[in-house]
Amino acid sequence: MVPRKFEYFAPRSVRDATALLKKYGSDAKVLSGGMSLLPVMKLRLGSPAYIVDINRIPGMEYIKSQAGNVLIGARTRHHAIESSKLIKDKAFLLSECAATIGDPQIRNMGTMGGSLSHCDPSGDWGAAVIALRGSLRIKGPSKERTMKIDDFLVDTFTSALRPTELLIEISIPIPPPGSGGAYVKLERRTGDFATVAVGAQVGIDRSGACTYAGIGLTALGSKNLRAAKAEAALLGKPLTARVIEEAAMAASEDAQPSSDPLRGSADYKREMAKVYTRRGLQLAVSRAKGGVR
Amino acid sequence: MARASAKPKKADSGVRSITVNINGVDYRREVEPRLLLVHFIRDVAGLTGTHVGCETSNCGACTVLFNGKSIKSCTALAVQADGARVETIEGLTHGGALHPIQRAFWDNHGLQCGFCTPGMIMQAYWMLKENPNPTDDEIKLGLSGNLCRCTGYQNIITSVRAAAKEMRK
Repeated sequence: MVPRKFEYFAPRSVRDATALLKKYGSDAKVLSGGMSLLPVMKLRLGSPAYIVDINRIPGMEYIKSQAGNVLIGARTRHHAIESSKLIKDKAFLLSECAATIGDPQIRNMGTMGGSLSHCDPSGDWGAAVIALRGSLRIKGPSKERTMKIDDFLVDTFTSALRPTELLIEISIPIPPPGSGGAYVKLERRTGDFATVAVGAQVGIDRSGACTYAGIGLTALGSKNLRAAKAEAALLGKPLTARVIEEAAMAASEDAQPSSDPLRGSADYKREMAKVYTRRGLQLAVSRAKGGVR
Repeated sequence: MARASAKPKKADSGVRSITVNINGVDYRREVEPRLLLVHFIRDVAGLTGTHVGCETSNCGACTVLFNGKSIKSCTALAVQADGARVETIEGLTHGGALHPIQRAFWDNHGLQCGFCTPGMIMQAYWMLKENPNPTDDEIKLGLSGNLCRCTGYQNIITSVRAAAKEMRK
């Protein structure tokens, strides 16, 4: 299994990379971790004429805390996020999400920015970033822009990136004390794509009322979805078992699953959306109370 | 990841001259950009201990260390490894003496046909560098990207546990 012929570039700067993307437009594809792109090329499902390998651009892999946000370089490997103490301390949901992606070898190579840009509805990062209301920094040949995750995810394998643009950084607002998050996933076996997965983040004030609710859904629609009804069902209320159950029911309405022969019917997935939203919220609440953000 | 010393030079044919350090030896060759790393290792460097199993990044038989991290070499381009350091199963043995992980697989019957073994051992090698004292559950998760079709995994887990113990001495 060998890809079709292509021309290969390994630019040394974001500027050179976006210049190449400008020159070759949609005939070019960015190679980050390559964990989706290379299989696509090997199976010849897609055969880009030009590959722009961003792995030789310095300064694209980092995790840092700055002005109330965790900033993650777009080429940061899943494993680096999974094993980062900063991430565990500031936004545990991301750590838990990273650990569920693929297998260890894939996490050593695959990147958060690559996965988000690929926009696979079964990809995990979209739901995690939805739950945390993250935003994305994008560079084009002449200008830079920032975009909320909800605007970035457009449709299956379609992000808001223009062919000339590169995702360079993911910014996650650090949840305040009294917050907790979880990423829970149903898979046929370890390392499989999600049958369903849910990212859930809550904030609780001193009176016990929910001050923040973020719920992202994986493999439950044409892209990672925000469970908006479920979030609304939580806000301002005490996070009792009953309120959580109502939110879980609402999440199953927010979900837009389709049947597939490998991972089950739409009805089954809708039911699992409920179950996993409930479990995710229960974990998130227990972590909020236990001081894990 | 990038440790490139020499900038890849583009020739007219699209062929590039790359240098990959495998087990401490530099291999410099002209390659097509579409050549996969596993084929560079096997066909160019002649190191056939790294196996090609599924070719779809499922089975892990082609696992090698790439700048110190385990990856599936069927899902990387050789040009990505220009200037990089690659370790394969052949690199674990020094002067004919088996590495403790190899010895543990031998002693604990951690293989039957042996096809998956180089990948299993390279993945275990990386895992034990990260976590020298893994629980059985951590071993299972650590090897979740490696498939074995004959042993039922129990002896592989036993082997890795035994190797970890030996290596902590």
